[in-house]
Amino acid sequence: MGKTIDKLDTLESQSVYILREAYREFKSLVMLWSIGKDSTVLLWLARKAFFGHVPFSLVHIDTSYKIPEMIKYRDELALQFKLNMIVGQNTQALKDKRSYPDGTVDRISCCKALKSDALKNTLSGAWPRLRLNHKTGQYEQDTNTEPYIGVIVGARADEEGSRSKERYFSPRDRNSDWDVGDQPPELWNQFKTDFAPGTHIRIHPLLDWTELNIWEYIERENIPITKLYFDQGEGKRYRSLGCYPCTTPVHSSARNVSDIVKELREGKFKNIAERSGRAQDKEDGGGLEKLRREGYM
Amino acid sequence: MVIEREGMNVVIVGHVDHGKSTLVGRLLADTGSLPDGKLEAVQQQCKQNAKPFEYAFLLDALKDEQAQGITIDTARSFFKSSKRDYIIIDAPGHIEFLKNMISGAARAEAALLLIDAHEGIKENSKRHGYMMRFLGIKNIAVLVNKMDLVGYDQKVFEKIKTDYSQFLAEIDLVPKSFIPIAAFHGDNMISGSKNMPWHKGGTVLDVLDSFKKEAPLDQLPFRMPVQDIYKFTEDGDERRIVAGRVECGSIKVGDDIVFLPSGKKNRIKSVEYFNGPARREAFAQESIGFTYDTEIYIRPGEILCKSSEKLPHVTNKFRANIFWMGKQPLIKDKTYKLKILTQQVPVIVSDIVQVLDASDLASSREPHVDRYEVGEIIFETLKPIAFDVVVDSAPTGRFVLVDNYEIAGGGIILAPIFDTDSNLKTHIQKRDYNWERSQITPQLRAHKYQHKSALIVIAGKIDTGKQRIAKALEEALFNLGKNVYFLGVSNRLVLATQDSKDKVLSKYDALIHLGELAHLMTDAGLILITSITDIDHYELAMIKKLNNPNRTLVVCVGEDSRFNPESVDLMLVENEESDAAVNKIVDLLLNAVVLVSEYEI
Repeated sequence: MGKTIDKLDTLESQSVYILREAYREFKSLVMLWSIGKDSTVLLWLARKAFFGHVPFSLVHIDTSYKIPEMIKYRDELALQFKLNMIVGQNTQALKDKRSYPDGTVDRISCCKALKSDALKNTLSGAWPRLRLNHKTGQYEQDTNTEPYIGVIVGARADEEGSRSKERYFSPRDRNSDWDVGDQPPELWNQFKTDFAPGTHIRIHPLLDWTELNIWEYIERENIPITKLYFDQGEGKRYRSLGCYPCTTPVHSSARNVSDIVKELREGKFKNIAERSGRAQDKEDGGGLEKLRREGYM
Repeated sequence: MVIEREGMNVVIVGHVDHGKSTLVGRLLADTGSLPDGKLEAVQQQCKQNAKPFEYAFLLDALKDEQAQGITIDTARSFFKSSKRDYIIIDAPGHIEFLKNMISGAARAEAALLLIDAHEGIKENSKRHGYMMRFLGIKNIAVLVNKMDLVGYDQKVFEKIKTDYSQFLAEIDLVPKSFIPIAAFHGDNMISGSKNMPWHKGGTVLDVLDSFKKEAPLDQLPFRMPVQDIYKFTEDGDERRIVAGRVECGSIKVGDDIVFLPSGKKNRIKSVEYFNGPARREAFAQESIGFTYDTEIYIRPGEILCKSSEKLPHVTNKFRANIFWMGKQPLIKDKTYKLKILTQQVPVIVSDIVQVLDASDLASSREPHVDRYEVGEIIFETLKPIAFDVVVDSAPTGRFVLVDNYEIAGGGIILAPIFDTDSNLKTHIQKRDYNWERSQITPQLRAHKYQHKSALIVIAGKIDTGKQRIAKALEEALFNLGKNVYFLGVSNRLVLATQDSKDKVLSKYDALIHLGELAHLMTDAGLILITSITDIDHYELAMIKKLNNPNRTLVVCVGEDSRFNPESVDLMLVENEESDAAVNKIVDLLLNAVVLVSEYEI
């Protein structure tokens, strides 16, 4: 008789359900892949949902300041999983040296230009999209410039304040605006999948997951994850991955997934938030909520 | 391996300012779920600023810290008892936030309903009570808060208990208990109250721990709403998989199944699940996939059921209770989009039996349901849908209504209705009654034109040569001297609107439009030819009804299993040659007495 459905089973089932709803409802659907653990779990959940296949494109926004191992890992996995991989970039801002590492703007403005603006224009098709050619292993300019209407994102409610207010299906209007106070109701697994022309929808299958759930699931499913999360013998590892000028490793000797799970369950990170190593979160009080309204993921 | 503790989602509801934040703050503090020193720090801060301490400040402080990077989620706070882990879901008390309250509460397994002892029962105390009943939350405790403000007077408590119990009885809801508390001071929160020795009913934590988890849904008959059918051919994958989440029940390889509403039968061949051990069974709440023995055409929206079990109702009319959140009222005779499980269909509000103000249960009979009101409604769909009534199977007896792109209402199904009186029928009766007739009867027209009128629908899948055949037919009939017209906009009507408007509703509108247009032109004596892609049996039936009493003939090009064979007058093979096709259709017209020989010159 009955199988015990545990916490991870429940989370997986809900995420898979959301992904399938999104795939059925949105013709023009993409998934954002930041190469980090959350969106890699999301990618894995897509393979769960579609029985080993990933039937939509993955978009990565390359700020050019990503840790080099991340890019290498991205392309390896893209080839292995046969992903439709698309890369976007704010080449103009980089050319003009409008970035925090260049010393010309603050962190929040840098995020806006290299992440939010690049993302917005890659999704709309206004800026060039580079698509991975699986035969050559090289990126080529994509001929498809149709805007993406549905965007699957790996945000979790427990990450920071503004994300806890998200819905599974969260509409943004023509200007990517997000009306935090007036969000659609979600009940009995019915989501907002109807929208006025010009709206696009952010889909958040990981909303209910915690950082610990993510690592427990990576352990259970044996999901390939970039080595940057593990201590390579120097007593340091990344807990959250971003651009190297704004992400510092934490002191930890966790060498593998089960070490990390243990560390999160009972170790020193039990009560310290994951994004504590992300400098832009601290820059100003409402900064991230504002950025999210402007399209930051 | 860590043994997993049981978790429970609790929603805290009640009128604004009846003490929700204080209750949450106190629960977190008293159960030791706060970071070390947090409570003292906030108390100290209040002292310095000469402000009286409030637990709400504690929650604000946690929110601030969260922004700075400490893991406490204010939208969902966590605390533990010795029995289980609790997750408190944020549910704003203000009426403006009712849809947020509903979104939160719809995920709750238990509810604490707060009433201010000093202020007494307010309209949201009742409205929220009603909503808990509506959402089917069975674990409910009523907390009469701020007992300190009424001198811990038992009489005040008993009065509220009596009055509120009476209200709850009217909506058929029995709370597990009433507890007098002073959340701020901690009376009856996790330990008994010296101030209220007369209360023997336990503390808030006691009652939470006494709540029982719902029985697993495995015991109900099997239902899996079909989310999609996948055939991903990459890497030589041959599987055709029907995917969905099992809402309730269980199933195994070899079980006989039936898809409803279509009634198509099959048998489970395999259970499909990526990256896990091979499976032969599937259970409630799993998102999973199946392959089946014989290939059949199934669309998303059907419910996969087990033939041996009690099946859902299949009909196009039902009675339901709804609550309305839409900016525009719900109006009688208006068409909305119904989303029930994975089915999405147009639905007409065929009658509003009664409208209820959930805050005082006053009922009235009105032609609309306003925002935040509750209504008992008769709904009618064009096509039969499959569902259960909510008391038999809650997960498969609930739906939402979409108005102008927004989820504007939620509903629970009370009973199916099986009758033949349809909204469309009434519409047609009215139309025909008001249709002023001239001296020129259809018979006179037919005699003059040498043929009767008819609508010829050329249907079938996309790219099967339908339009080419339609045009060739028009030309042939024209050359025979018939009054014929090829209506080339049907596909545009039915398909083009899909990009800009709601798919389901715009298609329905377009079909009505087309049916009325056809009726007009056939009434004028024409032979009207049109080709339509992506139309099914029920939609075709609707066009036929609208075109009545004039004749409708259906020619199907290629196999299309969405039609019942009896609804098709002529089958053609896919991409049949124009000449052959035209000959067959003209034969059909002769046989079907449209071009009766007595009228031939």
